[in-house]
Amino acid sequence: MMKKVLSGIMVASMIMGMAAVPAMAEDAAAEGSVLNIQCWNEEFKTRLTDHYPGYEEVDATTGKIGDVTVKWTITPTDDNAYQNNLDTVLPENENADADSKVDLFLVEADYALKYVNSDVEVTVPIADLGITDEELANQYQYTKDVVTDGNGVLRGVSWQGCPGVLIYNREAAKEVFGDDAPETVQAKVADWDTFNATAAELKEAGYNIVSTVNDTYRVYSNNVSAPWVQDGKIVVDDNMKKWVDDSKALVDAGETTTAELWSDDWSKGFYPDGKVFCYFGPAWLINFSMAADTEGSIANLGGWGAVEGPQGFYWGGTWICAAKGTDNPTLVADIMRALTTNEEIMTDIVKADSDFVNNKPAMEAAAEDESFAFPILGGQNPLAMFCAGADKIDLSNMSNYDQGCNEEFQAAMKNYFEGNATYEEALDQFYKAVVEKYPELTY
Amino acid sequence: MNNQNEKEKGLGIGVRRAIAYIVLIFIVFLCLFWFYVLIVNATRSKGELTRGFTPIPSTHFFDNMSNLFHGTIPVLTGLRNSVIIAAFTAILSTYFSTMTAYAIHAYDFRGKKFVFTFILMIMMIPTQVTALGFIKLVQGMKLEDNFVPLIVPAIAAPVTFYYLKQYMESNLPLSLIEAARIDGSGEFHTFNSIVLPLMKPAIAVQMIFTFVSSWNNYFTPALILHKDSVKTLPILLATLRSADFLKFDMGQVYAMIVFSILPVVVVYLILSRFIVGGVAAGGVKG
Amino acid sequence: MNRSVNNKKAVRYNKWGLIFLIPFFVVYVIFQLIPLATTIYNSFFEHYRSGLSFVGPNFVGFGNYAKLLSDGDLGIYFKNTMIMWIMGFVPQIIVSLILGAWFSDPSLRLRFQQFFKTVIYLPNLIMAAAFAMLFFTLFSDGGPINNILMSLGWISQPFKFMSNTWSARTLVAFMNFLMWFGNTTILLLAGMLGIDTSLFEAAEVDGATATQIFFKITLPLLRPILVYVMVTSLIGGLQMFDVPQILTNGSGDPMRSTMTLIMFLNKHLFNRNYGMAGALSVLMFIITGVLSIIVFKFTASNEK
Repeated sequence: MMKKVLSGIMVASMIMGMAAVPAMAEDAAAEGSVLNIQCWNEEFKTRLTDHYPGYEEVDATTGKIGDVTVKWTITPTDDNAYQNNLDTVLPENENADADSKVDLFLVEADYALKYVNSDVEVTVPIADLGITDEELANQYQYTKDVVTDGNGVLRGVSWQGCPGVLIYNREAAKEVFGDDAPETVQAKVADWDTFNATAAELKEAGYNIVSTVNDTYRVYSNNVSAPWVQDGKIVVDDNMKKWVDDSKALVDAGETTTAELWSDDWSKGFYPDGKVFCYFGPAWLINFSMAADTEGSIANLGGWGAVEGPQGFYWGGTWICAAKGTDNPTLVADIMRALTTNEEIMTDIVKADSDFVNNKPAMEAAAEDESFAFPILGGQNPLAMFCAGADKIDLSNMSNYDQGCNEEFQAAMKNYFEGNATYEEALDQFYKAVVEKYPELTY
Repeated sequence: MNNQNEKEKGLGIGVRRAIAYIVLIFIVFLCLFWFYVLIVNATRSKGELTRGFTPIPSTHFFDNMSNLFHGTIPVLTGLRNSVIIAAFTAILSTYFSTMTAYAIHAYDFRGKKFVFTFILMIMMIPTQVTALGFIKLVQGMKLEDNFVPLIVPAIAAPVTFYYLKQYMESNLPLSLIEAARIDGSGEFHTFNSIVLPLMKPAIAVQMIFTFVSSWNNYFTPALILHKDSVKTLPILLATLRSADFLKFDMGQVYAMIVFSILPVVVVYLILSRFIVGGVAAGGVKG
Repeated sequence: MNRSVNNKKAVRYNKWGLIFLIPFFVVYVIFQLIPLATTIYNSFFEHYRSGLSFVGPNFVGFGNYAKLLSDGDLGIYFKNTMIMWIMGFVPQIIVSLILGAWFSDPSLRLRFQQFFKTVIYLPNLIMAAAFAMLFFTLFSDGGPINNILMSLGWISQPFKFMSNTWSARTLVAFMNFLMWFGNTTILLLAGMLGIDTSLFEAAEVDGATATQIFFKITLPLLRPILVYVMVTSLIGGLQMFDVPQILTNGSGDPMRSTMTLIMFLNKHLFNRNYGMAGALSVLMFIITGVLSIIVFKFTASNEK
């Protein structure tokens, strides 16, 4: 008798406990007790800790969601270590011990298709997790393109959008064009031919139009008409050839340099005496990378402005995939829903972390809101521009080999720009380097 | 005595000494300059670092350090792991390499020449060559996230062995060992109590080299260590460098480099006494 | 090597030689020989990762070797490696020997020796990746080196150090020199400390000059260590990887003129290309072996 009463109380308290925690706990009880997450930095962990209801941090690499222990495995990206680790673990995931099975892993756009569109299936289709297309309707299309396989099946989601804009130096615009209004500037950079003509105009006043040829690379490469690899053959798209020709002309005319992104020579334009007219970048670049905290920088003076520029593009972003073989599909789906479809949580992310989130209504609301004006841009609110940019990006022409092809193409063409090789020689070197990385390809 | 000799020499001793000092000061500058640049950069904020190098230190050293220690990277655990791995690697590697060198140097047995040649041959195999097979082996042995595959293989270190063997050739007379035998010392005891002390300078040299290369090793640990609780400093540094742009902070990266180098400088200064202090004096000269 | 064991009693000690070899060989067989054997075995197969699956293994005989040897690039990478090694090694051995001679010369009586000897190894404590970051900062187009050269009026435009074959090779060699000359000096010093100082004193009494002492006493007695330095530096040089890899971001640019053999090998490791990487490893092993034998023969002929 006593026993019965006790167990009755326990059941009641369990039910009440469940009501407090999100609904997933019901099913999750039957699922794995450990949620294993593979990633390469702390970003996603911070998002989960701060914004997922019910996540409790235990220590730096463990957490708890209800009864489930969350284990983080963080492998840095240097020397390709992160992907090497995934390559070893994921194909064997279904046969791994229940507690060491990978449940969720993160990828970047450049190599997302390698895992999403692989011969060996290592990701669970989002639909199989019970997440419907309607739930994802507010996400930007390009964020879905990145993680859609060859058969049109969506296999990942992202909470971020990283559309970019052209960020211009207002002082330079006033000096050269006589006006720093976005409309004036946009007219000067509306397409690549206008952009290149403007470069000569800026040169006369002593300004480089961009800091380096690598600044414009992703703007061209996001707008190709065909993927890098077609039927096992490497193909250089017309827009990539255009990047080479345009860049070579700029370098030869002394209107830009061949410096690497993030190098000292690249970032010198963050200051007035660096004499750089514009950069291409998303919100995070403006907010966190342009030395706004340093006295004397253009950002510190609020001296930048934003326009859409010649073509739409994106830069960065992290995608969430469910690993095939996961024993926590319900919990994984709930995390995906919370972070990438829940407008309330996503608005919180915008406020707390300045992420541009992957949610159209949330971002469009913020675009109307004056409190989202960027001091770095002299009080301009560029979010509407970002929203428009995000809609324009078309990433249907990605391939499994993008990371290697993009890296090697920029590296090889640098030789051409600097006069160490002809275009043909540089192109041969590009082909050679890509085939070394992917022996299955031809050219 | 010196004054007499001086006249016969091509250059006066004073001139030679002056040249020596000038060259040495230049070399000291070349060696220490990098530490100065590192420390200067560790004092600059993330924004200031985008300006390129300036020789004047800034004021953000303690900000960078405190960001580093209050961040999510477990630097102190990393320090502990690095110390454990590098110390054990250095000790095991030099001890067993001395033993192997001693086996070849002091004894005669069939196939000795072959063994020596064999070890010299394997010294020529680039370490990257066996890396893929090594990782597979470690995974097969279920030794991931374990220090064993980072420490134990150092017992078979052909380069260390070869140096100690060469050193013994010029500095370890066999007569000494004979004498010990006559005194009734066992072979193992002779090795530990007579040979090892005589080899101190050479062992110290190799200990430093092994310690430093283990301390700075990134390639193998990155493939074997995945849990934060076992990661070493170079892996944590790489994690810091692959941070998302929100947190990416070169000031912290430089602070972490300075923090990672300090302990190894201390170990070096301790061990270097054995090399540069002239400890070699002793039984050898007799 | 002592081959004149005239004492018969010594024979029973000799089993200890074998016992002392056990730890080395047990560890070697487990952790290196097994992976090595698979490397050689793999060199005869087409076997690489394509995406997440593997192509092969398909037996191709000497196909991988033929491919490597036929396209002629291997020779270029070998030449690059040797050029950059020599550019770093020659100044390294000269500086190390001069420093060694000064430190061991009793008549010079240098002060602060302890300090000088300690400082020279310090650059080796900075990891290559961190060192490269400093090089990028200092040698960038707008960096301090270019600023100094321009204010001296030596150049009018910033010099692009990493975009010119010989300056890029020089930077690689310079960084290798900085990182390793202290190491070489310490090795030589440790050897010199083993030399009986009474030999120097006696020579000085006999009126030998510093140069004579160096060539007649120091160098011959240092021979075993010098051979060691030569051989290990050659091997290390052939295995040159981290410095050019990091400085050129793995590209070996300009136009692969700084691409070394191991950087090339590393390109094949990227996609787990066991076949090509295996064949390249075996070829490298043969090259290293031949060169080392030449060095051994060369130094051995001076012995008597």
